[in-house]
Amino acid sequence: METSGAVLAERAGDRFGGFGGRYVPETLVPALDALDAEFDTAMADPAFRAELDFMLREYVGRPTALSTAPRLSARVGAPVWLKREDLNHTGAHKINNTVGQALLARRMGKRRIIAETGAGQHGVATATICARFGLECVVYMGEEDMRRQSLNVFRMRLMGATVVPVTAGTRTLKDATSEAIRDWVTTVNESHYIIGSVVGPAPYPRMVRDFQRVISREARAQMLERAGQLPKTVVACVGGGSNAMGAFADFVDDAGVELVGVEAAGEGLSTERHSASLSRGTPGVLHGALSYLLQDASGQVHPAHSISAGLDYPGVGPEHAWLKDSGRAEYVSVTDDEALEGVSILSRLEGIIPALETAHAVAWIVREAGRWSPDEPVLLCVSGRGDKDVGTMAEHLLPSI
Amino acid sequence: MTLPNSAPSAIDARFAVLRAEGRRALVAYITAGHPDPASSVALMRGLEAAGVDILEVGVPFSDPLADGPVIQRSSQIAIEHGVNLDRALELIREAALGIPVVLFSYLNPVMAGGEAALRRARDAGVSGILVTDLPVGSDRAREAWFGASGLDFVRLVAPTTPTERMAEIGRHGGGFVYLISRLGVTGEREALASDLPDSVARLRSATSLPICIGFGISTPAQARAAADLADGVIVGSALVRAAEESVEHALELARAMRAAMDA
Repeated sequence: METSGAVLAERAGDRFGGFGGRYVPETLVPALDALDAEFDTAMADPAFRAELDFMLREYVGRPTALSTAPRLSARVGAPVWLKREDLNHTGAHKINNTVGQALLARRMGKRRIIAETGAGQHGVATATICARFGLECVVYMGEEDMRRQSLNVFRMRLMGATVVPVTAGTRTLKDATSEAIRDWVTTVNESHYIIGSVVGPAPYPRMVRDFQRVISREARAQMLERAGQLPKTVVACVGGGSNAMGAFADFVDDAGVELVGVEAAGEGLSTERHSASLSRGTPGVLHGALSYLLQDASGQVHPAHSISAGLDYPGVGPEHAWLKDSGRAEYVSVTDDEALEGVSILSRLEGIIPALETAHAVAWIVREAGRWSPDEPVLLCVSGRGDKDVGTMAEHLLPSI
Repeated sequence: MTLPNSAPSAIDARFAVLRAEGRRALVAYITAGHPDPASSVALMRGLEAAGVDILEVGVPFSDPLADGPVIQRSSQIAIEHGVNLDRALELIREAALGIPVVLFSYLNPVMAGGEAALRRARDAGVSGILVTDLPVGSDRAREAWFGASGLDFVRLVAPTTPTERMAEIGRHGGGFVYLISRLGVTGEREALASDLPDSVARLRSATSLPICIGFGISTPAQARAAADLADGVIVGSALVRAAEESVEHALELARAMRAAMDA
């Protein structure tokens, strides 16, 4: 029997332009409905907001500093301000989201937490908050990433998390995410899945954005207070895109503020070894959302590549797809080699060793030196610190130092 | 709000015959191009001869997040053999089956082909389509493609689906309803889920479409037990795993399931 043209109305708030949605197995639909409702209820509940604010202040260490970067500024020819997410507990922005979602999981009575991780920062941030709240924590991580980020594997295990190696496919974040979803489909009644980026089925992209929004809420006020003006440009690296969405969110309505996301060009956009989904992808569905995707003409997902495990993902958050198509944000890319140069520059000029992910944003600003006049401040989101990457950095950088 | 249909589909006709004979449908899943393209055509024909009523043919996808290890592996092998949606349709055409074929896919490979891919599927002799990651209400425009394709749009129901939603799914589906027997991904299990009879009863009250039970059915005894609850049984991973050994292994399993269900 053919179906009629009358199809259930989609729920409001699931989409960013045409992107986003909930492309998931039927088993997960009721859990996503429940999560969606619980998130809205919680965010409207002053007690929840107070608890979230308390945890961000007392445990994460917020607000994070807004630092001047005098020597980098001299190099770029414009004042560069650093939003220091690297100073958060666990060393990256990821914990802003895991604290929020763990509080939600507690509200929903879920005692088991699932997470995927690429660079390991989200896995560490999840393991951390699970230890703090006494929740069981299972983290899926690609075998290749476990090798690249062994320090973070050790940290997760020290805090009592179970790290499950994923051997399928590319053995990186993409396959870890699929495996985490498979776990969730199996244990949905007792588990909450803490996605680490602004990807996945609704409500995750907007929920993760709203937990990361604290970055731009603080930075906007700090810029007005310290610089006496809004930034000309906000710059952040984009893999899945959570630090960028957090850094952009409260500036989206400031029409004069440019938003720039920096993707990983890997070995170059002209090769097949990059992670620049927005620059080189086409619309497709992966992990529950419609967004830009690296794929072939048959709809098979193309493996991504980046020197940075946190950017090594063939998809991107659907809100970024919309910001790109609507022209509100600009997306550029930086190669592995340029990112390594970005590490050197921020380390030597400012005494801040950035994560390889963050180094992409640093490298773009340096490449664009001269783009800004001295009265046009640039805000750079330092999404994380580079401790986890020192092995890779030493391998590539120390022989030449 | 299913419109009265002008002509019953091949799947409707099959269930009508089965009802008249007092038998239950044996629905078999294979991945197109697995274990290799030529063998998968032989497998399709052999499954028809073994008494399978409806054949689900999986379109291999690089990221099959609803599938367990066996079907993941088969998809990877099929992709390595160069099988995509259009190649899958060629294999179906080549098999020239008399039983109805349901194309089983994730959304992305179908989206890559666009709405025209559904016409090509119909031309290749496909009767129905099932999309694992397009739940009712998720995408108005694309659900309408499938609804208007002339293919039966087979929808899935899970143990977690509330009864009211089951009714919506029934209204927006065709052919039969695929009842997922348990939480989790595809793959063989020791026993049927204890809440399965309750799920079947709730679904029965919500739709008049035939109900077929799938996920985890791996032995003739389980097939028989599930057949006693519903209108049909779907076997996937167990067949695909047997096909890793040989086509004949898979056909033996299908024949044993058929015999157990008809006994």
